[in-house]
Amino acid sequence: MTTDMKKHEEPMSTATPTRAPHSDVPTGHRPAEGRVGAGLFDPGQLLKSLPDAFRKLDPRVMVKSPVMFVVLVGSVLTTIFSFKDPTDWFGWAISAWLWLTVIFANLAEAVAEGRGKAQADTLRKAKTDTVARRLSGAAEERVPGTELKIGDLVVCEAGDIIPGDGDVVEGVASVDESAITGESAPVIRESGGDRSAVTGGTKVLSDRIVIKITTKPGETFIDRMINLVEGAARQKTPNEIALNILLASLTIVFLLACATLPPFAEYAHKHLTMVVLVALLVCLIPTTIGALLSAIGIAGMDRLVQRNVLAMSGRAVEAAGDVSTLLLDKTGTITLGNRQASEFVPVRGTTEAEVADAAQLSSLADETPEGRSIVVLAKEKYGLRERHQGELADAEWVAFTAQTRMSGVDVDGRKVRKGAAGSVIAWVQQQGGTVAQDADEIANRISEAGGTPLLVAVHDDQGARILGVIHLKDVVKEGMRERFDELRRMGIKTVMITGDNPLTAKAIAEEAGVDDFLAEATPEDKMALIKREQAGGKLVAMTGDGTNDAPALAQADVGVAMNTGTSAAKEAGNMVDLDSNPTKLIEIVEIGKQLLITRGALTTFSIANDVAKYFAIIPALFAAVYPGLDKLNIMGLSSPDSAILSAVIFNALIIIALVPLALRGVQYRPVSADKMLRRNLTIYGLGGLVAPFVGIKIIDLLISLIPGIG
Amino acid sequence: MSPVLAGVLQLLALIAALALVYVPLGNYMAGVYSSDKHWRVEKWIYKGIGANPDTEMRWPAYLRGVLAFSAVGVLFLYLLQRVQGALPGSLGFASIDPDQAFNTAASFVTNTNWQSYYGEQAMGHVVQTAGLAVQNFVSAAVGIAVAVALVRGFARARTGELGNFWADLVRGTVRILVPVAAIAAVVLVACGAIQNFSGIHEVGQFMGGSQQWNGGAVASTEAIKEVGTNGGGIFNANSAHPFENPIPFTNLFEIFLILVIPLSLTRTFGVLVGSVKQGYAILATMATIWIGFTALMMWTEFSHHGPAFEIAGGAMEGKEVRFGVGGSSIFAVATTLTSTGAVDSFHSSFTGLGGGITMLGMMLGEIAPGGVGSGLYGMLIMAIIAVFIAGLMVGRTPEYLGKKIGTREIKLAAMYILVTPALVLIFTAAAMALPTPQNSMTNSGAHGFSEILYAYTSGANNNGSAFAGLNADTQWFNTTIGLAMLLGRFVPMVFVLALAGSLAEQKPVPATAGTLRTEKPLFTGLLVGAILIITGLTYFPALALGPLAEGMAS
Repeated sequence: MTTDMKKHEEPMSTATPTRAPHSDVPTGHRPAEGRVGAGLFDPGQLLKSLPDAFRKLDPRVMVKSPVMFVVLVGSVLTTIFSFKDPTDWFGWAISAWLWLTVIFANLAEAVAEGRGKAQADTLRKAKTDTVARRLSGAAEERVPGTELKIGDLVVCEAGDIIPGDGDVVEGVASVDESAITGESAPVIRESGGDRSAVTGGTKVLSDRIVIKITTKPGETFIDRMINLVEGAARQKTPNEIALNILLASLTIVFLLACATLPPFAEYAHKHLTMVVLVALLVCLIPTTIGALLSAIGIAGMDRLVQRNVLAMSGRAVEAAGDVSTLLLDKTGTITLGNRQASEFVPVRGTTEAEVADAAQLSSLADETPEGRSIVVLAKEKYGLRERHQGELADAEWVAFTAQTRMSGVDVDGRKVRKGAAGSVIAWVQQQGGTVAQDADEIANRISEAGGTPLLVAVHDDQGARILGVIHLKDVVKEGMRERFDELRRMGIKTVMITGDNPLTAKAIAEEAGVDDFLAEATPEDKMALIKREQAGGKLVAMTGDGTNDAPALAQADVGVAMNTGTSAAKEAGNMVDLDSNPTKLIEIVEIGKQLLITRGALTTFSIANDVAKYFAIIPALFAAVYPGLDKLNIMGLSSPDSAILSAVIFNALIIIALVPLALRGVQYRPVSADKMLRRNLTIYGLGGLVAPFVGIKIIDLLISLIPGIG
Repeated sequence: MSPVLAGVLQLLALIAALALVYVPLGNYMAGVYSSDKHWRVEKWIYKGIGANPDTEMRWPAYLRGVLAFSAVGVLFLYLLQRVQGALPGSLGFASIDPDQAFNTAASFVTNTNWQSYYGEQAMGHVVQTAGLAVQNFVSAAVGIAVAVALVRGFARARTGELGNFWADLVRGTVRILVPVAAIAAVVLVACGAIQNFSGIHEVGQFMGGSQQWNGGAVASTEAIKEVGTNGGGIFNANSAHPFENPIPFTNLFEIFLILVIPLSLTRTFGVLVGSVKQGYAILATMATIWIGFTALMMWTEFSHHGPAFEIAGGAMEGKEVRFGVGGSSIFAVATTLTSTGAVDSFHSSFTGLGGGITMLGMMLGEIAPGGVGSGLYGMLIMAIIAVFIAGLMVGRTPEYLGKKIGTREIKLAAMYILVTPALVLIFTAAAMALPTPQNSMTNSGAHGFSEILYAYTSGANNNGSAFAGLNADTQWFNTTIGLAMLLGRFVPMVFVLALAGSLAEQKPVPATAGTLRTEKPLFTGLLVGAILIITGLTYFPALALGPLAEGMAS
């Protein structure tokens, strides 16, 4: 644990948001270790949060955590009883450690919140009071940004801070969104389409846009973000509430066990003091998880924030752990954004090298990614040196355009062209040539395999003819297959969503290793798919950015909207990815799972701890009246007082010791539920049984060294 | 053959016999509760009580059925005892005092069968047969009905309906308890248990003096007493009495009867939820605890040192010579791990630790395998708690058998596990804090405390066995134990049925590779651990001052 922690340790700074560097955004497979779980923890933060921990002693705050509230009441009681008998060092020592137990619990929460506060401060700086240039009719008036209403039109020009959330209705501009995303490269925002949303607090760098305000001041994205990272908007999640109920009921059970003990003990001629009873109670109630529960929740949200994902509700983070179906957009998530040339297929009578040469030559004037990939393939596969346009002196270049869908070159009386099948065939026929029969067959074969065929043609002294076909295909991102295998082992089904025809979709789905695909997908199809999965009891996660994704995003249990998307999409989803990286959906699921595992692991640990504490305290209390019970003192603790005190000290220290784990989350590996349970039960179940035996014994040894005690 | 070997062989024979009937009986019971046909005799009963067995009930209606039926049972039994003196066939016994009548009525309706009276000196044939024996059947049937309702909660989806209480009650009685008890009674009669309605006989003793023997419908009462995990015998000596339990074979047979329905119900559960493996996992959990406790009990009873023990081959005080240490140990564990409370030996005379094992068995909530029905639902509640705590460790919000364990479910389960510890501890503390209740103790010191702790543990958990020694026929004990029995039976049932209703409304979550596999041995181990730690540890301080203090002293 310690070594692992060191690895991820980074100094915290209040000046910059603590988020992962952008190179950290996964583009493919990375080693399992550290993919999630790389939360930050700095011991110095403990000290810094100490004042907050004291502030949280307010009973009105404490009562929200029933377990720790009981400890607080216990601390007060033991302190009062210590004042009654001020010479009793034992009462004072127990009181002190009980107070420390409460402080440690508050400290855990304060540290977790502190990390968000630093980020909120940065955001607040971005939210300076802006003056909006509101349009009324054709006239422009200057009003404070806080007076804007939904539907107002405002103008922003280069240098202006955008006064509120809205959609661009006129113009194009480059916008600096670093205040929110931490990404310094400007982004383009334009009216219409899926890149129309702008966020208040970001800065226009060039041009002029007209924005229609879509959010009330005070409820803007940046406001919500501040609330979120500060934890002000934090509500307990359903599972957290349920766990709190269980912990409260265990607390009541142990309260009963301790409260009923005095009459039993009196009968045995043993008087139990209030200090001892409170010590026993605090050791038995699940203080470890009670102290760390809210810190775990806050840290879970924070881990998402570190990955530039804003969860609008804690419920969504929990739901992410439960997701059993992932809808993934093909482009950008599963495949690289662009298709790439993968082979050159000659028609009868030509050679592959001839096709490669002509394809390269004709693609030099094609600056599209597809065109570049043809040049690269020819170079890599056929050793054809990339020629530059300047090398060929009297060449006449035909650049690729969306209209002609063809590029090429006329040089030395030879005309070479490559492009979409229809365009090239038309060109050959226009040049008076004939189209080889097998060209059509090859093109069809490539289509069926899920690729895109481009024809290569030449017009030279042998006339105009087709030389061959370039096979363009979607390239599945590296490591995706392994990722999907992992997801399958975790019990998550992946569905690829694509606008491609079913043939193409099937080929890519097979190559990428997804479980299912939805081809020629319309927003309605997506919606229907989600509803179908949900009807079977499954939880669905998806990403989306367009306005027509909004209904599906709202329907999905976890809907991650891309920050580049429309405000409708952002409004509909329950998470926003500031990096707009759809692959992150997988990580979101893993973070959700990690949050739940951490909660379960610490609960198990906390409850398993009780066994050892009984073995420490019961013989200490009763061996004097029933000497046989000393056989239960299997740890061989030095004296009754020391035994009880050691248990109380262990109980307090274990909280602080587990703060890093609570904040970082337990290590998570994508394996089956069986393996995960076995592993975690061994570590936290058995570990929880054994650890306190060792810990209490060590503390007892140390205490027995103090002169006058033991 | 050494007594130890004899004990082990008896245990093995018992396991083999239980294994043999597990599948057929479990499947048969599943059929009983899912069939849509009514037997003719059942139709008569429905007509008689004016119930429509074909309407589906939501949980509040089902609960109203349970409570109304039981309330009528308590009232009827109370009045029957109060007028006994005026009834014919009462062997001349007088009417029972109000506090004892209340205690006994509560006791038999709650399937506890705590007896603060001496059977052969207080209850005549009418009360025994028309009152107590009837409750032996129907209180058991109520328990199974509630368990089946919970199982339906798991098995059904998108409905709040849990079946029909009256149909479940009548079928459980007519199709399961009556036939099984009838067969068992014949076996017992064949082995020497008595079955008659004769009066009291004066019999001269070898050593001079005389003894009174009564007759009674002993074999039939004995059969349902064990099959329905009731435990209330006709004679005060209970199954130690030769008329109830004449020979070693009947002893083993009675243990078999105690365990057979609670264990086989796990099969019924598996069949009804559509996965017999889930039933096996619950069975394995119950069997692990039961066999573990039995082994511990034999070990502590056999290994006890001292001249008297060594001559007798173990701690023989309070045990019948014909059953020996082995047979008595197996019986004691089976009766306290179920809600039976029948005894063939005196738990008070067991070694200190042995007495502790009987108490711990009850304190675990009697779930391994527990009372008929109540054992299954108690175990399923613990499974829910275990799933909730450890299930998170697979990275999903907890679910059991395809149902999410959310806030509402955990709230009900948490309240369920609060009830009995609260009753046991608060009543015991009250008895120890007040001056008079301690006058009922026979022993002083840790053993005396055990007598009172045992009484409330037995009452609140609806076991009914006594530690012997405690004079429980006082107003204080009759009233408080009576209340403990009623609250310990029906308050948990409220939570179980509410939980069943909540589960039945959910839509099921399909199992994937990411789902916690609750049919695996790993989960069984986890469940055993959760039961021992969460329920067992609650009582650790109390146990330390009673049986542990005594057992560790030597």
